[in-house]
Amino acid sequence: MKSIIIEKTLKLDCGKEISHFPLAYETYGNLNEKKDNAILIFHALTGDQYASGINPITKKEGWWNYAVGPGKSFDTDKFFVICANVIGGCMGSYGPGTIDPLTNKPIGTNFPVITINDMVNAQYNLLDYFKIEKLFAVAGGSMGGMQVLQFVSNFPNKARVALPIACTASHSAQNIAFNELGRQAIMSDSNWKEGLYDEKSTNPDKGLAVARMAAHITYLSKQGLQEKFGRNLQERSDLKFGFDADFQIESYLRYQGSVFVDRFDANSYLYITRAMDYFDLTKQYGGNLSKAFKDTKTKFFVISFTSDWLYPTSENKDIVIALNAIGADVGFVEIKTDKGHDSFLLDVPDFLSTIKNYLNTNYSNFNERRI
Amino acid sequence: MKEEFKVISKFIEEKSRVLDVGCGDGILMEYLLKNKVVDVRGLEISKEKVKKCLSKGLAVIEGDAENDLKQFPDLSFDYVILSQTLQAFMSPENVIENLLRVGKKVIVTIPNFGHWKVRLDLLLKGEMPVTKNLPYQWYNTPNLHMCTIQDFYNFCNNKRVYIYKSISLNGKKTSKITSSNLKFKNLISELGIFLLEK
Repeated sequence: MKSIIIEKTLKLDCGKEISHFPLAYETYGNLNEKKDNAILIFHALTGDQYASGINPITKKEGWWNYAVGPGKSFDTDKFFVICANVIGGCMGSYGPGTIDPLTNKPIGTNFPVITINDMVNAQYNLLDYFKIEKLFAVAGGSMGGMQVLQFVSNFPNKARVALPIACTASHSAQNIAFNELGRQAIMSDSNWKEGLYDEKSTNPDKGLAVARMAAHITYLSKQGLQEKFGRNLQERSDLKFGFDADFQIESYLRYQGSVFVDRFDANSYLYITRAMDYFDLTKQYGGNLSKAFKDTKTKFFVISFTSDWLYPTSENKDIVIALNAIGADVGFVEIKTDKGHDSFLLDVPDFLSTIKNYLNTNYSNFNERRI
Repeated sequence: MKEEFKVISKFIEEKSRVLDVGCGDGILMEYLLKNKVVDVRGLEISKEKVKKCLSKGLAVIEGDAENDLKQFPDLSFDYVILSQTLQAFMSPENVIENLLRVGKKVIVTIPNFGHWKVRLDLLLKGEMPVTKNLPYQWYNTPNLHMCTIQDFYNFCNNKRVYIYKSISLNGKKTSKITSSNLKFKNLISELGIFLLEK
């Protein structure tokens, strides 16, 4: 696993300072000589640095395998794609699962509460590490999109193109409510032990699985669920008049919950959902989102999905409106799909091809102008 | 390249900021970018066309003039273009007002319902006209508010909108419309192209 140790002190929004901490990352493609073809991709709540290919830990496809790779939307024959595990995460970056050298136990809930801003500031160190003066693009969906917005507002001159996808500038009450449901599921698991469980023995797996099941429903659309599962029964011809998984949708959710606990840490889930809830870029700029982008020349391409009710088109459009209010360069499209919020992770050809063309055209335009 | 677009691009001074409302596939936007070194934005209602524009790297947002012009600040563009879509809006009056609020100058083109072929259709056949520029039947037309060049002149006069330039387009032939030839141009023009100022 690749990682850098960040020596520089990072002042967190909560007031605490951290330094000498690990940030795990992965890269795809090659950085060219001019170092102008780098794209920093931010992952969502349960993602990690393994965006493409086979994730060496889970042995499954990377979370954005549809979009990142040779000839794909983020064409690694052309671009150098960097993706890091966010701080607070559990795939090698500094997080609640990191072993505290003093106690030899996971830091657990002694880990400071972090924000999207903290995550972005930590990842900015990768530019120094790779000696990249300016990224070609920053991109991400969901929480990854929030990081895109935060990145451009923090570093207005460090990316030529920004792709915030299926996200929001301000986490809504409904978003917070669903995250709280997940956290309560974890915290009410007796194995959670105020967050000081030892990862190797008993984890709050049941709580974490329920959190995942609840969240998973929010990633899909009603129509998508109905079409995929309907009222189909799971390996039985009749109802069993009990509480086993009679329906396919129940079985599907239970499966999603059970595989999730194998790869994700419950405390990381608490910390990262908290970071999302605290995200309110509009408030950071005194109630005027436009101010977040007033110094930037970055070209924006905002994308939403028709069936995404978790981060609906209206919230994505608020970002577009804020950008137009200051004459920023912005494109926007709502992609038609019944796959819900998860659309950004799935094989949605319209979405994938539009991004590919947009990036390629802008990259060649940029090269032509420079010559 | 459509004749109409050639006329529009002649109206536009170099290095200006342009909003193309209903930009379609972005043909005009691309032409302006190549020839006038302008900063061009587009607004388009069709998802397919927006995707085409974005694929070409153009700064286009999905939306429609009746709801989405609101987000643009006053006088934030040197020119706002509305090509052959005014008649399709619920309230052309509000759209024109908003265009004039957002743009320092506004370019509007209208398919002319006063063209002699249109008049003849109604006069001789007694049927709603179906023409090259207006190829729809009355029951499936998106065009809710058809007008003639004369109507548009009257509208601008009533609203105290200054018509800076007006051009008649008939086939590939362009000519100036003036107050003295207005009646005639209203009879022979397929399209009217107007440069407006508040």
